[in-house]
Amino acid sequence: MSDLDAEDRLRFEQLVLPHLDAAFSLARWLLRKREDAEEVAQEALLRACRFFRGFHGGDARAWLLQIVRNTCYSWLEKNRPRELMVEFNEELHPQAVATPESMAIANEDRERLSRALESLPPRFREVLVLRELEGCSYKEIAAITSIPIGTVMSSLSRARRQLSSVLTSSYHKEAVREV
Amino acid sequence: MRCEFADSLLQSYFDRELSSSSAAEFERHLQRCVYCPVELVDMDMLSERLQFAQLYEAAPASLRKKIRANLRPVAAATATSQPLLWHWLAAAAALLLIVIAGWRVNSVVRTDDYQAELAEEIVDAHVLSLQSGHLTGISSNDEQAVKGWFKGRVKSAPPARDFATEGFALQGGRLDVVDERSVAVLVYASTGHLINVFVWPTQGRDTSPQVGSRQGYQWVDWRKGRIEFCAVSDAPTSDLQQLQRLFTN
Repeated sequence: MSDLDAEDRLRFEQLVLPHLDAAFSLARWLLRKREDAEEVAQEALLRACRFFRGFHGGDARAWLLQIVRNTCYSWLEKNRPRELMVEFNEELHPQAVATPESMAIANEDRERLSRALESLPPRFREVLVLRELEGCSYKEIAAITSIPIGTVMSSLSRARRQLSSVLTSSYHKEAVREV
Repeated sequence: MRCEFADSLLQSYFDRELSSSSAAEFERHLQRCVYCPVELVDMDMLSERLQFAQLYEAAPASLRKKIRANLRPVAAATATSQPLLWHWLAAAAALLLIVIAGWRVNSVVRTDDYQAELAEEIVDAHVLSLQSGHLTGISSNDEQAVKGWFKGRVKSAPPARDFATEGFALQGGRLDVVDERSVAVLVYASTGHLINVFVWPTQGRDTSPQVGSRQGYQWVDWRKGRIEFCAVSDAPTSDLQQLQRLFTN
């Protein structure tokens, strides 16, 4: 990492490091585990640093997220190849979560949403995270994921519908349990 | 049931990605369609729920540390390398700068998380000062007058300096609240941008500038001579750092 000269290192700190949260958040949602996300985000940052000389202006966030995304996918291919093949992960299909009654509703809903989001295929998860959590435009999402804008749109549409239906079915399960 | 015909348009409309003419056209469709309006509401509820649940996960401090450690094997390299940077940094933008000096903000020992929280609060104070129009308690470019105004209001007056010739003109000062304490604020102006710099006494050693951004505002934080500064603006970070250098030199 330290093969950057002082000037490039400062540029890197100013342009790229401010997007570390975005990088981590994307990795966390793609990999579903914080520990893995930390490892892969670090690897992605190292890679970003190595190729930083090739970055000439432009959108630093999109550039970094693109690297993070690719690093996540190659990590998944190596470590959890099955996840990339499934369209919908039954194992991860959200169950009603037993939470202490004292827990705030927001926390409960956060848990439910997390599980629902994690049950979506990675390709759907990433467009949702980029759009809803990161606030990226379609154009930015297309640049980060290297998929055409039309596909971004249809993926978002399917991802939203699938998330809604997963959430609805988890409510139903809960209702059945309560009865 | 869904309206397959409008599927992709519905997404783009919801995400405000349609041109205004296409959006108007789609709105005409919305008036006739029985499915699309319902789906719009569903998407809106889902989106709001995702926001409300705060699913965004910030990078842990440990990761930030590891990356910084990788980036700077020798911490001392900073001070000497900075001047090189200014060669290529655009010197164009003129700025409006506010210095907020929180003379009692406790910052002897702190973590990255604490700094991030503090920066967050400072950015909020910056935005609030813009919205409320309450920029200055004293409006003057006279260094002595501004310093004098702070005497008695805060423990020790912040280093009010006019950098008009360098593009950062002193506008005045005010008091603000940061970390639940009353703090002093210096205001600087130039064309196009607005910058807040918060300044408060610290027991900590001098530090090289830390940078960050939040909601489109950039901040640069540094310590020098037992004083901590935090400059905030919608101006590019490079401009804030130029100002930081003026204060430090």
